[in-house]
Amino acid sequence: MKKIIEKAIEKIFAFSGMVTTVTILLIIAFLFKEGAGLFNSPVVEKGYVLCVNANNPVEHISSADIKKIFNSVIEDWSEVTSGFDEKIELFYDEKILNNYGKDEWRAKIGEKIASTPGIIALVHDYEKSLPKNFEGVKILEENTILPKDFFLGFEWLPTSKPAPQFGVMPLILGTLLVSFVAILLATPLGIGVAIYLSELAQSRVRDILKPTIELLAGIPSVVYGFFGLVVLVPIIQKTFNLNVGETALTGSIILAIMALPTIITVAEDAMRSTPRAMREASLALGATHWQTIYKVVIPYAASGISAAVVLGIGRAIGETMVALMVTGNAARLPKLFEPVRTIPATIAAELGEAPGGGVHYQALFVLGCALFLITMAISITAELISKRQHNKGL
Amino acid sequence: MDIIEAKNIDFYYSDFHALKNVSLGIAKNSVTAFIGPSGCGKSTFLRLLNRMNDLIPDTKLAGKCLVNGEDIYAKGVDVDTLRKKIGMVFQKPNPFPKTIFENIAYGLRVNRMGNKEFIRNRVEESLKAAALWDEVKDKMNRSAYDLSGGQQQRLCIARALAVKPDILLMDEPASALDPISTAKIEDLIFDLKTQYTIVIVTHNMQQAARVSDSTGFFMLGELIEFSDTKKMFLNPAKEQTQNYITGRFG
Repeated sequence: MKKIIEKAIEKIFAFSGMVTTVTILLIIAFLFKEGAGLFNSPVVEKGYVLCVNANNPVEHISSADIKKIFNSVIEDWSEVTSGFDEKIELFYDEKILNNYGKDEWRAKIGEKIASTPGIIALVHDYEKSLPKNFEGVKILEENTILPKDFFLGFEWLPTSKPAPQFGVMPLILGTLLVSFVAILLATPLGIGVAIYLSELAQSRVRDILKPTIELLAGIPSVVYGFFGLVVLVPIIQKTFNLNVGETALTGSIILAIMALPTIITVAEDAMRSTPRAMREASLALGATHWQTIYKVVIPYAASGISAAVVLGIGRAIGETMVALMVTGNAARLPKLFEPVRTIPATIAAELGEAPGGGVHYQALFVLGCALFLITMAISITAELISKRQHNKGL
Repeated sequence: MDIIEAKNIDFYYSDFHALKNVSLGIAKNSVTAFIGPSGCGKSTFLRLLNRMNDLIPDTKLAGKCLVNGEDIYAKGVDVDTLRKKIGMVFQKPNPFPKTIFENIAYGLRVNRMGNKEFIRNRVEESLKAAALWDEVKDKMNRSAYDLSGGQQQRLCIARALAVKPDILLMDEPASALDPISTAKIEDLIFDLKTQYTIVIVTHNMQQAARVSDSTGFFMLGELIEFSDTKKMFLNPAKEQTQNYITGRFG
């Protein structure tokens, strides 16, 4: 009977372990699946095609150029294609569509395009066949969104018409900048506090400090964000004499505060796990307390300390609410004293407005994948570092 | 004059009276063994001599402990310098998670002794003194954890010798080792006697009889008997000692 129960419990544990693993893998698979369609999506908004006059030699127009053309930044065809010197004339079919029936509409558009050499027309793509039948009309070939434009692009304008811009560089750099500065602030401070708690503090002080710090880890991030918004933002604005206080630095400081409890707790545990025999060996050789700390305790706890820092980085990179609240959310090239936008904040802010399955939606999922890969790379690196330390026994 | 002189030492771990009025003197370049049942205070006494008990919170000491005629518990004594002069080997081998070379060099480095050349020579010298050189000379950059338990303990002895202490304290140095490694450690103690004053705590009475010149028998915090080893084992003065060394208890 006892055996059967033990066997059953064993099976339950094995099963739950398997379920957890499979769930995690499924979530990752879902992430990639939802984003997968992005690079097959056309550059131009769904349901539309771009048409030009048949005499226009242009074949492809890049997504960035389409945006510039429709924003009247590019005003002449010679800037897009060589050997065609004609002023660009923008044309939308919406007006005509409302006033005519389908067939008439078709004819009107055909005429208009055929008769205007410099035209570029954004046309509804009913049945994919429409203006093709007309002489003098050329439908531009559909470009798909290129990974290069996505990952190396510097413009994130997901609702720009007719060609949304999905350049994630500002978001990736924004995330990295905010996290990097946060970890730069939190690491020395966190390790310092960990050393104090584990090596220097009297046990009475420690008994009060440690639970307090652990309590900080439990404060919801929205509260930190609120604190940042109300207290830190005005301070930053005044101190550095800025137009807005919601900057990368503000986000970094709050994220650093949030990462501190994790770093302190994990690093302190690692240091305290240094065997007493090791400390005594060092002291017995005439080493001072400090020499023992930095020559024995810290090297011994190195892998634990790096784990602490990595956990802190993980917390900072993935943190959404604080980034959303205090960094200002401007998707442009990040600077420390200007508003920036991070990947998680972008996803949180935009997913609700992106139509399910659309290009914008897919782009956000690819962003999620990118974030996942970044954090994975960081944890693998840390794993390798700590493994190497163990193997060398150093 | 004795190199170590303990005068009326009482020691408390909070409320526990661990040493009761212990007085003894240890001669230079001798081997002194402390024996007695577990919890009798022999290790506590040993750890008093390099102030290792300072690390334990809530302890109290009364009496005087002189090393080279100086009170080591007097105000203004630099504990780090004291510990440099009084080396210690622990019950379990406790090499640092560093290379073999760095383990030995550690004491030299923390005490800022000498340049690279000096350190290299001293490391070799110490390993030779600890009878470990031939076994490790080709793998100085390997982790100390690659060595066997017995080798690790000799490494710890070499590490203690590297800073050239006057006194070497050994807290049951062979209790975690096999008989062959134990024999090597005992030979080593015999060799080291010419240069160092050695104080060894041991559970093993044969070991005390083999290696030491004089022996102290502790029981329940009291130093029951302290005399020449031969006399102690052949003709003990106290009945308690007689009972213990004949194995009637403990």
